[in-house]
Amino acid sequence: MTFGEIGVSIALVALAALSLLIAAKAYTPEYAFHAYLFAAASVGGIYAIVSRYMGGRPVAAQEIDGKPNYNMGPVKFAALISMFWGIAGFLVGVIIALQLAYPVMNLDLQWIQFGRLRPLHTSAVIFAFGGNVLLATSFYVVQRTSHARLAGDLAPWFVILGYNFFILIAGTGYLLGISQSKEYAEPEWYSDLFLTVVWVAYLLVFLATLWKRKEPHIYVANWFYLAFIVTIAVLHLGNNATIPVSIFSAKSYIVWAGVQDAMFQWWYGHNAVGFFLTAGFLAIMYYFVPKRANRPVYSYRLSIVHFWALIFLYIWAGPHHLHYTALPDWAQTLGMTFSIMLWMPSWGGMINGLMTLSGAWDKLRTDPVLRMMVVSVAFYGMSTFEGPLMSIKVVNSLSHYTDWTVGHVHSGALGWVGFVSFGALYCLVPWLYNRPGLYSLKLVNWHFWIATLGIVLYISSMWVAGIMQGLMWRAYTSLGFLEYSFIETVEAMHYFYVIRALGGALFLVGALIMAWNLYKTITSPSVEAVPAGRSQLAPAE
Amino acid sequence: MSSHNDHAAPVDPVTGMATTGHSWDGISELNTPLPKWWLWIFYATIVWALGYFVVYPSWPLAQGYMPGIWNWSSRAAVSADVAELQKMRSADNAKLAAMPLADVAKDPKMLAFAQAQGKAAFGDNCAPCHGAGGGGAKGYPNLNDDDWLWGGKIDQILETIAVGIRSTHAQTRAGAMTAFGAAPSPILNKDQIGQVADYVLSLSGKADPKADVKAGQQIFAENCAVCHGDNAKGNQDLGAPNLTDAIWLYGADKATIVEAVTNGRGGVMPTWSGRLDDTTIKSLAVYVHTLGGGVK
Repeated sequence: MTFGEIGVSIALVALAALSLLIAAKAYTPEYAFHAYLFAAASVGGIYAIVSRYMGGRPVAAQEIDGKPNYNMGPVKFAALISMFWGIAGFLVGVIIALQLAYPVMNLDLQWIQFGRLRPLHTSAVIFAFGGNVLLATSFYVVQRTSHARLAGDLAPWFVILGYNFFILIAGTGYLLGISQSKEYAEPEWYSDLFLTVVWVAYLLVFLATLWKRKEPHIYVANWFYLAFIVTIAVLHLGNNATIPVSIFSAKSYIVWAGVQDAMFQWWYGHNAVGFFLTAGFLAIMYYFVPKRANRPVYSYRLSIVHFWALIFLYIWAGPHHLHYTALPDWAQTLGMTFSIMLWMPSWGGMINGLMTLSGAWDKLRTDPVLRMMVVSVAFYGMSTFEGPLMSIKVVNSLSHYTDWTVGHVHSGALGWVGFVSFGALYCLVPWLYNRPGLYSLKLVNWHFWIATLGIVLYISSMWVAGIMQGLMWRAYTSLGFLEYSFIETVEAMHYFYVIRALGGALFLVGALIMAWNLYKTITSPSVEAVPAGRSQLAPAE
Repeated sequence: MSSHNDHAAPVDPVTGMATTGHSWDGISELNTPLPKWWLWIFYATIVWALGYFVVYPSWPLAQGYMPGIWNWSSRAAVSADVAELQKMRSADNAKLAAMPLADVAKDPKMLAFAQAQGKAAFGDNCAPCHGAGGGGAKGYPNLNDDDWLWGGKIDQILETIAVGIRSTHAQTRAGAMTAFGAAPSPILNKDQIGQVADYVLSLSGKADPKADVKAGQQIFAENCAVCHGDNAKGNQDLGAPNLTDAIWLYGADKATIVEAVTNGRGGVMPTWSGRLDDTTIKSLAVYVHTLGGGVK
């Protein structure tokens, strides 16, 4: 056995023993259930290591015939499971959209009421779907652009499987009522600790792969991936600084208090958007758009300047989530002004994405995958304009707490993150499985149009609902009294909630078409002669 | 980036722009300069932010923060807004406070003012139980009709809003529907409760034709009439509802009436005195009184 195999096995034995002890003494059955899951996963990990050793498989070579022996197993796993989590997350989104329109759909069952399903939806789409897309693409891109095999033997698998186990714990925890009630950081302390270990392993695998690269320079996509990995680690530690009631209890208390806690929360929350959903997915764009368009990146200089400007400015912008609250005015000012200054650095990515198509615009007619990614960049540009706009205090006084915010988030989430992920997966799956191309480009076209219609319905209904809601809240009669009660604003939004649910359902239908297309692609015959990563990229001329 | 340009980097034939000379997995990068419009808008946002820092509260200092030359604060701004609103209402509010409740309806301008204030207060305080239009719900009375538990005259409504019903207020309106069938020693047995329920239903013409109404009438006279009255028309001093008007707080079916007789009823309305100011409560009384069912 290798040193790594022995070390990981010992750690897993210890984790299994600790989990069983916790399961036996846990304060609540829900926590005991999680402890048993930890024990089972540890045993499963030990079994996998031992059976690999007994099977006598040699440690994979770094190079074969002078070419890097890329490690694509973890990439395949993350790519496929992202599709599964995506569909699950979109489905839960449709359900909670319907619950808002028709409260009876809560069914009076605690496990599926809105308060528990909402974090299940956000975590499933952001961390489970988006996170696995980031893991898959980052492990793919860093290998290809470093011309080196992924660092580590067990580590890449530990990162992928550990991350997905974290998602399992987080998601089942929400349904069972385990939550620390911090938006986008709901998992409790033990899940957070486990994720910290996984994330450090992720950082080390990524850095070590860059370290042994065969290219003289680090490709721009990898800067963005690295910024994403490092910053998420810092945010995660800062916002989850909690003290558990007991090692036998799932409950913990945050060390920050009052408005400082709120400030930490939105420093985290806004930069989860900035570094998870922006920097990470810009990395995807920087590899997959030029690759698919078969064109050079538009401007190296712009990529440098907008990268550093984005990294420096984003981290300050969180206070704009706390306008007109107990947060001191000076902090609100900084949040707002840094959000405005962030506009052009964000648009740098859009320019580089769109202008990379110079000389290849005709491909949008024939390649729906490229079209999907280009539209995603357009949505990115739109929502990174809308974001600074909404951070302006007078605008925010209308938009804050309304569904305008929800619409804004979804133009970024569905349009940008969703579409660029779909585009990347449509590229990645045929490359990973040595297929000549996708099973059906026609189905991609259907996916594109159905999902685009869904997004348009979603965001336009939320714009109207949100602005109407904000205007109704602030409407005064000529005698100086509030014109509408809160419940009247809720009643007025019903129809828009129905339209929103319809938009979400269309987005889900598109993803189901995609899953079928990817399944048929994988099960179609492989093409041995076509080298991976080149199959669809032969120039047309 | 300059070192890249020293080598004779390949030129992209489509754009005529030089690349940086590197290629990663087949991807190269053009050395296109920063777009001018992009750069100038970026500079403009920075200049704007610097200006904002000067006039508004901005950077934290070792003690306190830079207040900005306009001396603006969100607390002062909201206080000014509230003061302006209060000023707008103050003359009418003072007049309403001084005016006897019964006179409000005679002054069209003051009536409109009180109704507007009452409507706004009702929507955010009363609507959650009584419904946005005062239409009520199961257990929460409809305020649009002329059936009143504690009286529909304007001063009775005012009193109900102020002290609440079975509330925490010292002078709260209180009155209890006895639980006639509650264990361990029920006053009435199940058969008797069923008979009295049939009788109560018969008062509004809803009785089962096969029911023994006579027996129920006897039980009613002995147990219920003390509060609900011999003619079952109710008693507003006790909050005892009129049982003859086909208006039901909890439901018109026999099972619901049996449930009420068996376990009693005791819905709660909170006291608003102290939570809302006196003129707002006064306005609420006017608003509710004019919803449609107010009694002269």
